[in-house]
Amino acid sequence: MSNPTVVVHDAPEHAAHHPMLQHHFDNMEQQKEASSLGMWIFLITEIMFFGGMFAAYLVYRYWFYNEFAWGSTSLNIWLGGINTVVLICSSLTMAMAVHAAQLGMRKLLISFLLLTLGLGFVFLGIKAIEYTDKYKEHHIPGQHFHFGEVKMIDGSTVDVEHKVDQRHAQIFFSLYFALTGMHAMHMIIGAGLLTTLIIMAWKGKFSATYYTPVENIGLYWHFVDIVWIFLFPLLYLISRIHIK
Amino acid sequence: MSEHIVSVKIYVAIFLTLIVMTGVTAGVAFIDLSRNIGGHVVNFNPVVALAIAIFKATLVILFFMHVKYSSRLTKVVVGVGLFFLLILLSLTMTDYLSRALLTSPGAQ
Repeated sequence: MSNPTVVVHDAPEHAAHHPMLQHHFDNMEQQKEASSLGMWIFLITEIMFFGGMFAAYLVYRYWFYNEFAWGSTSLNIWLGGINTVVLICSSLTMAMAVHAAQLGMRKLLISFLLLTLGLGFVFLGIKAIEYTDKYKEHHIPGQHFHFGEVKMIDGSTVDVEHKVDQRHAQIFFSLYFALTGMHAMHMIIGAGLLTTLIIMAWKGKFSATYYTPVENIGLYWHFVDIVWIFLFPLLYLISRIHIK
Repeated sequence: MSEHIVSVKIYVAIFLTLIVMTGVTAGVAFIDLSRNIGGHVVNFNPVVALAIAIFKATLVILFFMHVKYSSRLTKVVVGVGLFFLLILLSLTMTDYLSRALLTSPGAQ
């Protein structure tokens, strides 16, 4: 220890800062910027995670186009469409929650967070109805998988038993359940995060100068919405009129 | 950089655009957009559906996720992330789409 210099923390400055400012940051702005950057890096890992599944979807759609077209047609476009609208509404209420937080309006923040959480549960409820229908139709991959009748949008049914390869059809439904299942899991995690935010907001942890958790969980919620924005056309829409 | 607060009007305008585009993409799914180009039938339904999805996602990223008002660093990070996604999808597809060409003699 040749240099015995001791750095003494600047006491007066220490006493003056914002209570939520951590010591390794210069000011609240720098802290928020770092936090938001970290959140975006995390979201990019999420983009790559879902990207891998989207790549698998593209490759198998290219190989087994017929089964993918019929599988896609068997999905309930009304429930999928309503769920898209529900998620877009929840994105608006989440954006409004961040807006309320920026203005330091606690009651409005809690209201919008509760609305977002409610819409999240509506989405999951509709998804559960869709999964139940698929279960009843034997469209869940595995031992009892059977891709027989497909309900068309006009109410008629088409027997696809001999029009498709059952193994290839299972690949479509495996990807359908993997993609929507991972998406639903993200929604469930999002619901947990929203609940935490509501409790924190209730306790008055946020103010117009500190609302980083609201902003970052908002980013996560919008990201989950974006995943659905791509899942809806890819799974429900794009092969409807080219079935043979 | 001071905090930018996006007005409620912009949020509502983005929200309405997203809802309208959802209706458009669902409606277009039932119209046959196949076109005969030089003897080949090209199906434009997936192209239109994905273009609408990319447009919707861009609106969410720019306005709901505040990227339009974020620091240059955040913008670069988001751009790099999307670029890596593009590498993942395009390089995967260059492999799978070209396999038939390489393995069948005389194939176009």
